[in-house]
Amino acid sequence: MHPIPLRVTHWVNAAAMVCMIMSGWMIYNASPLFPFRFPVWATLGGWLGGAIAWHLAAMWFLAGNASLYLVFRLASRYHPERTPLQRIAYRVVFALFLLAVASGLGLWKPVQLQVLTNLFGGYEIARRVHFIAMAGISAFALGHILLALTQPRTLLKMVIGP
Amino acid sequence: MKLSDHRQAIRRVERRLLLKRGLSLGALTMLTGCNLNDGDAVDRALFAMSKWNDKVQAWLFNPNRLAPTYTVAEITQPFPFNAFYPEDDAPDIDASDYALEVSGLVADKTPWPLTRLRSLPQQSQITRHICIEGWSAIGQWSGIPFRTFLEKIGADLRAQYVGFKCADRYYSSLDMATALHPQTTLALDFGTTPLPQKYGFPLKLRVPTKLGFKNPKHIVAMFVTNDYPGGYWEDQGYNWFSGS
Repeated sequence: MHPIPLRVTHWVNAAAMVCMIMSGWMIYNASPLFPFRFPVWATLGGWLGGAIAWHLAAMWFLAGNASLYLVFRLASRYHPERTPLQRIAYRVVFALFLLAVASGLGLWKPVQLQVLTNLFGGYEIARRVHFIAMAGISAFALGHILLALTQPRTLLKMVIGP
Repeated sequence: MKLSDHRQAIRRVERRLLLKRGLSLGALTMLTGCNLNDGDAVDRALFAMSKWNDKVQAWLFNPNRLAPTYTVAEITQPFPFNAFYPEDDAPDIDASDYALEVSGLVADKTPWPLTRLRSLPQQSQITRHICIEGWSAIGQWSGIPFRTFLEKIGADLRAQYVGFKCADRYYSSLDMATALHPQTTLALDFGTTPLPQKYGFPLKLRVPTKLGFKNPKHIVAMFVTNDYPGGYWEDQGYNWFSGS
């Protein structure tokens, strides 16, 4: 039985992640790091100003929700049943999440949080770390969604619980 | 209609433009189930979050925290040109004709020709210019510490805003705390020579604690005020504080 806090935080996280990634892709397009741009249909915000507005709004929901999930996991007796592969995958994506948030904060506040930015080796390296973390999280999300779709019972369980 | 009414109307139109430009597939999936006329509500929510971020940034801003500085060897060569128009359209200003207009909550409203500006103490910095687009470049600027200039003209340092008007129709504004930051500089030089036309001749405000678009070039007038002056990009929906 998936407890309610697990299900709620899961879907809020999914929505927030989609907002962060799609708006992030539009921000990337304004000054690409690599020789490609993301297709406009896959972006959120319409223009750079809009994309940044979405990105810096959704980040609060992402972080707030992740904090609630952390409290839930520490305070409850809920233990997910996971295969060894799943355990590795979730640990990796959690580490990527921390990297994405930390590098993102270093990019947002390279002067006020310069200690953090410098941990990454400066602004330009933080940019690349942020992109790589996004790529890793996106790869995880793709695999995660495909696996859930091949086992629709799991999808149902994450909505209604049992 | 009064000018202030015009400004309100323009902002309303521009906010709808923020929405219209946001109606990509991405935005539509977010609005699934909502009446599309609720788009104004989405815009209002985004603006509210931007104002919230202004508060957070002001709280985070430490007037004693300096932007990192670099060596001459680290200066980006060539330093990029960036504006809302192509390089050929950068304004051509005659130095002999020029004087910075000063107005608002200040004691001395005498204009400042370049020779008078250069008679004030100068400071130099090599700092990273970070554009809202994401790219950055390290450059060297020299000029008058802006705090020194504000004190010289008898500005009311308790006022909320300093606004700037530029020769290329650009305009922007700062919070007073940032205006008084030790690295905020009324720049006359780029490198060791006067600002080239493409980098803002004859006067630019260098603010290494904010994003690049808050560093106006070709400044022709500045004013101290408690009325929110906005900015060229800020009025289109970019975050106003945009602190680094």
